[in-house]
Amino acid sequence: MSLVNAQSLENAPVILQANHLFKTYTQSSGRFGFSSSQIKALDDVSLSLKAGSTLAVVGESGSGKSTLARCLLQLHPFDSGEVLFEGKDLAKLDTSALRAMRKNLQMVFQDPFASLNPRMRVGEIVGEGLLIHGLGSVSEQKNKVQQMLERVGLSADDALKYPHQFSGGQRQRIGIARALVLQPKVVVCDEPVSALDVSVQAQILLLLKELQREMQLSYIFISHDLRVVRHIADEMVVMHKGKIVEQGKVVDIYNEPKQAYTRQLLSAIPGRKAA
Amino acid sequence: MSEILTINNLNVTPQNDLNRFLVKNAAISLSSGKTTCIVGESGSGKSLTALSIMGLLSKQLQSTGRIVFQGQDITQLDNKALQKIRGAKIGMIFQEPMTSLNPVLTVGYQIGEALTAHMGLKGSGLKLRVESLLQQVGIAKDRADSYPDELSGGQRQRVMIAMSIACEPALLIADEPTTALDVTVQAQILQLLDELKTRMNMAMLFITHDFGVVADIADDVIVMFRGEIVETGTKKQVLENPQHPYTKALLACVPDAEGKNQLKPIDYAWLKDGLNDKRAAA
Repeated sequence: MSLVNAQSLENAPVILQANHLFKTYTQSSGRFGFSSSQIKALDDVSLSLKAGSTLAVVGESGSGKSTLARCLLQLHPFDSGEVLFEGKDLAKLDTSALRAMRKNLQMVFQDPFASLNPRMRVGEIVGEGLLIHGLGSVSEQKNKVQQMLERVGLSADDALKYPHQFSGGQRQRIGIARALVLQPKVVVCDEPVSALDVSVQAQILLLLKELQREMQLSYIFISHDLRVVRHIADEMVVMHKGKIVEQGKVVDIYNEPKQAYTRQLLSAIPGRKAA
Repeated sequence: MSEILTINNLNVTPQNDLNRFLVKNAAISLSSGKTTCIVGESGSGKSLTALSIMGLLSKQLQSTGRIVFQGQDITQLDNKALQKIRGAKIGMIFQEPMTSLNPVLTVGYQIGEALTAHMGLKGSGLKLRVESLLQQVGIAKDRADSYPDELSGGQRQRVMIAMSIACEPALLIADEPTTALDVTVQAQILQLLDELKTRMNMAMLFITHDFGVVADIADDVIVMFRGEIVETGTKKQVLENPQHPYTKALLACVPDAEGKNQLKPIDYAWLKDGLNDKRAAA
């Protein structure tokens, strides 16, 4: 759980809000794909993220949670609805204003092997955002990158290495450094620890929590692992077939799930019945 | 409950570096009707141990040691003799149900292959047996004519299970069979494997990195760390009263559904000292 205590969570301002998001995919179906079917990836999804807190989006594969992440960051167009960041409708911004806004909204991806360009040095990967947004002189950017690498538990010298020289956990640290070097306000983490061993997972979760406290970050944390969510999130939404079936505080939902689907998910957590 | 597989002094090393032990001095014994879980992080040697039993190690790796299955040292067998055991007396399920099935053959055909090869079943007898197997793993029998892409991930893993139990093996090796599945599907598959194990009185060797899964399915637990077995015991002993510093550390970094665990990452440097101290004391 993040360090926002219950009291301040109630009073914290909303930093990111989604209202009535709809997104439909058309998929070819049938043998040879001659017919087509509509898939509702997001079906009237609304949520709000409070500043400094962590909101988990939980669901099984195909529930629409990754689509939601991409729509929130305007990486994917949606059919209707709005996403408000600090009260501003992101869809109404023109290209350059949206680009400027993007430094506040960053993403940490699931697969640390696929999400880092193998031909770029780590320093270039982490510093690319600074370059694009024109933040600081070349030497300032270099310093920032080195500081950020050290902050996430790597060394300043690692800036000269390539991604393949690192383990999965280290690559995820690079991904986190890349997202945080711009000092964003909101970070969407899409299954950031699901490809990692448990001990590495614990390191990365602790790192994310520390950085949240230091940099006053707000997280949207996408996950299928309800045990991880219990540890990192303040609030959660449960998605099923594109709809939000339940939302509220993590503690409340784990103690007293209201919907049958949530109960089913929670009772399927391995190790519960034996404990 | 009889002992069915005994492994002694199992070592796995790369062919080009015989001093680097990927599995070192492993000793395991499995009994009918019992599920033994091997737990460990990636690189701990748990999958290599399973592949050694099946004789499926990559050619770049070399294994030494004794693997006695039903009284016979199977490391001494030639490929032909081993083929009679693989798929017939020892079944195996892999992690990825998507990549382990052939996309251009119906699932019924793929389940039937082992039955034809090992038991000589053909024609209507084969068809009946395949349909009965599908029903045993909870799939409607008319899905025998489906292709793998027409099934969901959970159904594909059920097909893999049907294939692996087709010849009623005495030992079933399951290498992370639920890791790629959603939690609700995972719970169903674990339950199915447990039922089949009891009904067919199989020994099951279940490889996982997930202590939650261990708590659900294991009778006995083996903990591996960097190629060595560091702890063995019953589920209760290992989960509730772990003895080895690595087991303790591994349990301490597992997130639990109650949010009580502190998520303490493993301090490998400390652990190394701890291990050395333990060895010095022994």
